[in-house]
Amino acid sequence: MAKVKGAVEVNIERCKGCELCVVACPTGVLSLKEREVNDRGYHFAFMKNPDACIGCQSCALVCPDACIEVYRLVDPTK
Amino acid sequence: MEINEIIKAENKVMARPRLLTDAHMHYCPGCSHGVVHKLIAEIIDELGQEDNTVGVAPVGCAVFAYKYIDVDWVEAAHGRAPAVATAIHRLNPEKLVFTYQGDGDFAAIGTCESIHAANRGENIAIIFINNAIYGMTGGQMAPTTLIGMKTATTPYGRRVDLNGYPLVISDLVAKLDGACYVTRQSVHTPAAVRKAKAAIKKAFQNALAKKGTSLVEIVSTCNSGWKKSPAESNKWMEENMFVKYPLGDLKDI
Repeated sequence: MAKVKGAVEVNIERCKGCELCVVACPTGVLSLKEREVNDRGYHFAFMKNPDACIGCQSCALVCPDACIEVYRLVDPTK
Repeated sequence: MEINEIIKAENKVMARPRLLTDAHMHYCPGCSHGVVHKLIAEIIDELGQEDNTVGVAPVGCAVFAYKYIDVDWVEAAHGRAPAVATAIHRLNPEKLVFTYQGDGDFAAIGTCESIHAANRGENIAIIFINNAIYGMTGGQMAPTTLIGMKTATTPYGRRVDLNGYPLVISDLVAKLDGACYVTRQSVHTPAAVRKAKAAIKKAFQNALAKKGTSLVEIVSTCNSGWKKSPAESNKWMEENMFVKYPLGDLKDI
């Protein structure tokens, strides 16, 4: 069976670090940067564990600032 | 597989809605308003009503809604959005007219306009954000505040003998003959967001089909007013708000 691979791109300047995407992610991909902030002083979200992403769009659906874009690809080699 | 191989334009499945402007939203981190704005922008785009929509912005946290969604807007006086929407729709009957209101606007100062617009069966869609608090002015008690809930003006919790009972206004509107679709949704989980999107889309389609007034209540969080983190607010909402404001369709004809 082909494996579905996903990836997200976070617009870090728009992110407010509310952590809702981190909670919504079913595979624990996302996390907030602990020691880095964006121009507005928020700890922004990033892909801490990118291999686990399945491109399910849960993070993008709950993001209040629409700063997450989701990519999805069916990997034919797997 | 490398990330760069996945992040390509042809693999994109979820992007920022086209009708959301580039303005930075002033809402607090984790506020439900942003999610609902996103849904409205997506739905107007999907329905192809970009040039045919007039929104009526409220007074309250969402007062700047006109800056964030790229359609025509009118800013109404506090609570008067359904009255303004009535006028707009009667003068432009082919337009998709919707109001976007919070609980301080819809259920407090604007109760008269809300109830009567729904009773007349105006062909408008009303998006009602219920977070049980006055968010913009600093977290004071709203008519929708739960019994025992602490706010700036009820520091020991809302008391029935002093402040009365929470106003479940969607149930009132559902009783009116002019209302064709009344539903209560939330946006705290991905599944709830999808359901809320379907509900708002149906309300907009009802308005276009001139079936009567549609009301979509979104039970929301106000993490700043509730003094909780966004994730904790969602949990608190599930445990407390949904008891008084259960989700689901109240009326659908």
